[in-house]
Amino acid sequence: MSPIKFLTRTRNGRSLDWTDWMSYAYLTVGLFLMFGPVLWLVASSFKTEAALTEFPPSLLPYGQKAVAVPGEEKPKPVYRVKLPDGTTKELPEVRRIGLVATHVDPAKPEEFIRVNVNDREPVREFRLATENYTDLAGKLKFGTYLWNSVFITVVATLLTLLFNSMAAFALSKYKFAGRKGVFLLILSTLMVPPAIVLVPNFLVISELGLLNSLWGVIWPAVATPTGVFLLRQYMLTIPDELLEAARMDHASEWKIYWRIVLPLAAPALAVLAIFSVMWRWNDFLWPLIVLSKNEHFTLQLALNAFQGDLVTQWNYLLAMTVITLLPVTIVFAFLQKYITQGIASAGVK
Amino acid sequence: MASLELKQLVKEFGSGASMVRVIHGVDLQVNDGEFVVFVGPSGCGKSTLLRLICGLEDATSGDILLDNERVNDKRAADRGLAMVFQSYALYPHMTVYQNMAFGLENIGTPKAVIEKKVGDAAKLLRLDALLERKPTQLSGGQRQRVAIGRAIVREPKIFLFDEPLSNLDAELRVSMRSEITGLHRRLGATMIYVTHDQVEAMTMADKIVVLRAGKIEQVGSPLELYNRPANKFVAGFIGSPQMNFVPVHAGHGDTIVTAHNASFTKPTQTRPASGTELTLGVRPEHLSLQAADGALALPMTITGVEQLGGHSLLYGTLPGAGGKDGPRITAQVAGQVSTRIGDTATVYASADTCHLFSTADGETVVR
Repeated sequence: MSPIKFLTRTRNGRSLDWTDWMSYAYLTVGLFLMFGPVLWLVASSFKTEAALTEFPPSLLPYGQKAVAVPGEEKPKPVYRVKLPDGTTKELPEVRRIGLVATHVDPAKPEEFIRVNVNDREPVREFRLATENYTDLAGKLKFGTYLWNSVFITVVATLLTLLFNSMAAFALSKYKFAGRKGVFLLILSTLMVPPAIVLVPNFLVISELGLLNSLWGVIWPAVATPTGVFLLRQYMLTIPDELLEAARMDHASEWKIYWRIVLPLAAPALAVLAIFSVMWRWNDFLWPLIVLSKNEHFTLQLALNAFQGDLVTQWNYLLAMTVITLLPVTIVFAFLQKYITQGIASAGVK
Repeated sequence: MASLELKQLVKEFGSGASMVRVIHGVDLQVNDGEFVVFVGPSGCGKSTLLRLICGLEDATSGDILLDNERVNDKRAADRGLAMVFQSYALYPHMTVYQNMAFGLENIGTPKAVIEKKVGDAAKLLRLDALLERKPTQLSGGQRQRVAIGRAIVREPKIFLFDEPLSNLDAELRVSMRSEITGLHRRLGATMIYVTHDQVEAMTMADKIVVLRAGKIEQVGSPLELYNRPANKFVAGFIGSPQMNFVPVHAGHGDTIVTAHNASFTKPTQTRPASGTELTLGVRPEHLSLQAADGALALPMTITGVEQLGGHSLLYGTLPGAGGKDGPRITAQVAGQVSTRIGDTATVYASADTCHLFSTADGETVVR
C-alpha cells in the first residue's frame, strides 16, 4: 500500500464518513500535541540567539541577512533602508550610534549613508543557525560529556544484561531451597521507592570511594528487579529438555548458560537492553548526586549546568537538548517492535 | 556396546507427607546389543526409569550397573549414554551440523574428527544435504533423524529413546519405526526405547518390559507377551484390538461357566475350586463365526460393525444378568460380513485360545 493511500484510507473505502472526520481530527490533534513540542524544539535549536528572543516568535528559523563589507572583519547585518530620495535599498549596517545608523553600499564602500533607525527594517532570510551545533564542540567539553554518557550507558547496559540474565537463569532453571523466597525478595524491591534508597546508596558509594567516578553511576544501576523478572519469565519458556540434552552433551553449566540459554533468550535480552539504554541515558538524579566534577558530567548534567544563574544561552541549550534526544529516539525508531513486545510481556515501562 | 543392570531401583519425588514413590524396586537385565522397549500406560514411570538410567534423575535407592560398574553417582554426561528426547530437544539457534557437533566440541574432539563423524552420521541418516539448515526449517521426520544423529556421533554405550515417534504422523511413524530398527541392526548397539504404543513395542523390540505404576509386570519377547501374558493387565495391554474379558466361574471338573450359562472344558494345572470367580480372556482375532467342537459360544448383540475389507470388526455385548447388557465383546472375523447393528451373532472361542485370570488379583491361572 502506498503511503498516500495508507494515510487517506476511509471507513467504507469511498467518501469520508463522519467517523473518518472524527478519527482524522483526533489523530491530527494527537499528532500535534505529541509531536509539536519536539518540532518546536528542533526548529528553535536552529535559531540564532537573537531570533529566539524575538516576539512574536516565528516557527521557522529566520536570521537576519548579513553580507561581507570591504574593510570590515565580520559580515554586517543587512537592512532594507528608505533612502532620502524615497527609494528603498538593501544595505549593510556598519555601525549605529543612538537613533542614527550608518550604512554602506558594498559596491561603493567609501560612501556612507546615515539614516534614522525608524526608516529601515532588517532583511530576514531562512537560515539554519548550524553554529549552535558546531560551536558546541569547542564551547564546552561536549565530547567529554558525550563520552561519559555513552560509556555509562553502554557499560551499564552490558553489565545489566549479564548479571540479570545470570540471576534469571538460576531462578528459572535450577531447583534449590528458597528459590521462591529469593525471587519474591528481588521482586519486592520493586515496591521500594527509589527516593528511599538514595541516601543508603550514596553512603555505600561514598564508602567505596566511587564518588566522582563513572563506576559510581554504573554499579548501583546494574541489578534491576525488572530485568530479572522479565528475563526469568522468558527463560521459563525455554524447555528443560534442551538443557538436559546439553548436559548429556558434556556441556558445563556455564556453557549451557552461555551457548544455549543466552542465545535463546535474545528477544527478552533485546527488550531489557532497550530499557536499560533509555534508563541510563536519561538518568539525571543519580549522576547528579554522584558526579560533581565538571569533567565527569554526563550530557544530562551538562544540560543542567548550562542553565546559568544569570544567563542562559538558549540557542546552545536547545541544540544540546536535541543531540541528547537523538540516541533514545533512534533506539525507539528501530526497536519499537521489541519495546511493545516487552511492555506486553512484562507489564513494565 | 554395553549391558545394563538395574537392582532394586527406587525413585521417590518430594519429601515428607508429599512424597510420591514412582519406581518401586525395579530389577532388570539388559544384555549387550539388545533392543529393549519399556511400554506402559502414561504415568507408569517408564520415562522416569529412562531418566534414572541416563542420569538426569538421581535414584532414591538401588543400583544402576553399566557393564557391571555402579554408575549411580556418575553425572549424566559421564555415563556415556545418549538420549533422544520426545521433543527432540534440538538447539533451535544452531544448524544441523552444529547440533550434531556440540557434544563432540564439548569434550574437545579435534575439528577434523568432528567433521568426519558428523559427516558419517549425516550420510547414514540421509541428512547430508541439510547440514546447514536450522531445525525450524526441517520436517518432523528430519528433526527426528537429526536427534538420532546427535546421539550416534557420540558413539554411546547405550541409546535411549524417550517416545521419539509420538510427535510424528501415522505414516511417518511407520517408516521411522523400520528406520530405527534398521539402525539397530547396522550399529548393533544396545538400545532402550520408551513408548506407550504397544504396536511400536511389538514391532521393534527384542525384549519388552511392561510397566504399570512403577512396577515391572512382565519381561519377555513380543510373542511371549502375546501368547503367555503373566496377568490380565499385560494381556489387555498387548494386542490390538484389546483382549475381551468375560467374567466366568469354575464349574465341576475342568468346566468353566459363563454368566449366560454357556460352558466349556478347559484343563487347568491348578484346578480352582468350583464356584471360584475367574476372568476369561480371549483375543478378538481368535473369535470366529464358525461353530467348532468344544468351543465356547458367545451370543453377542451387535452394537457396531467396522468393515475393513480384508477383515471385519464386530462390536457387541453379551447378555448380562437380569436382562441388562453384559460385558462388551469385540470380534475380528476374516472377510466381509452382512451383520447389521441390532442383529444377534454368535461367535465361538476355542478352548486353546482362551486365557483364564484370577478375578481377585488378575494373575494368570492358565492359558
